[in-house]
Amino acid sequence: MTLDVTFSALADPTRRAILARLALGEATVLELAAPFDMSQPAVSRHIKVLSDAGLITQRVAGARRPCRLAPGALDGVDGWLTMLRDALTRNYDRLDAVLAEMGTPKEEMD
Amino acid sequence: MSKLSLQTGGDTHIVVKRRFAASPEKVYRAHIEPALIRKWMLGPEGWDMPVCINEAKPGGKIRYEWSDGKGNGFYLTGEFIELEPNRRIVHVERMHLPDVTPDNHVETIFEKDGDGTLMTMRMTLPNSEVREQMLATGMADGMEQSYARLDAMD
Repeated sequence: MTLDVTFSALADPTRRAILARLALGEATVLELAAPFDMSQPAVSRHIKVLSDAGLITQRVAGARRPCRLAPGALDGVDGWLTMLRDALTRNYDRLDAVLAEMGTPKEEMD
Repeated sequence: MSKLSLQTGGDTHIVVKRRFAASPEKVYRAHIEPALIRKWMLGPEGWDMPVCINEAKPGGKIRYEWSDGKGNGFYLTGEFIELEPNRRIVHVERMHLPDVTPDNHVETIFEKDGDGTLMTMRMTLPNSEVREQMLATGMADGMEQSYARLDAMD
């Protein structure tokens, strides 16, 4: 599965929320639909996109078809973005302190 | 919700947003004045920036060199394309690790947001393959972390 497909699947906030919920454990379509103000078919369509992108898997359990996160599916996305996020978070936290020390424009002498 | 938002967009974009409790003028200055840049643009703890060249004008050069003080280091070079004082910086940059990474086109916008500033940094990579490669570059480093998380999941 290419990262491009992964990223288009991740581009939607509802789908990211579904993944965040599944990170906590398996859930049925009904359970996944509960927090959203949208029909169950609409949620099912999001689930299909995630499933086609290889990010989640569905198994058959009687009449239920619970979803779960595909193990390792987000590894490629995670590595680099996590490093970038960590570096930027540290930088901008330091920048907060630098800005606090800069004083008001009238006091500044360069 | 963390203060920093980082999202991929389209095939080639990465968009970072962050709010600061200071005016756009100050946040802009902290992005172009070497004395200020060297205080914060440092990445992981323990690194510093012995060389910081920032010619803040169209066509002006950028060169940042980082060092961990133990002989490890890497650097970034770039050029400014456009600057609107206190509002917007457009530049292109690449890392030297020492292998050079593809050009990353960066537009940084500073907008007044209440008594602070909302900064939006939009990075554009040359094409989707490059973004894919960049993401793959991080895989080796992120793998240990990812496996640890995977272990915790099941």
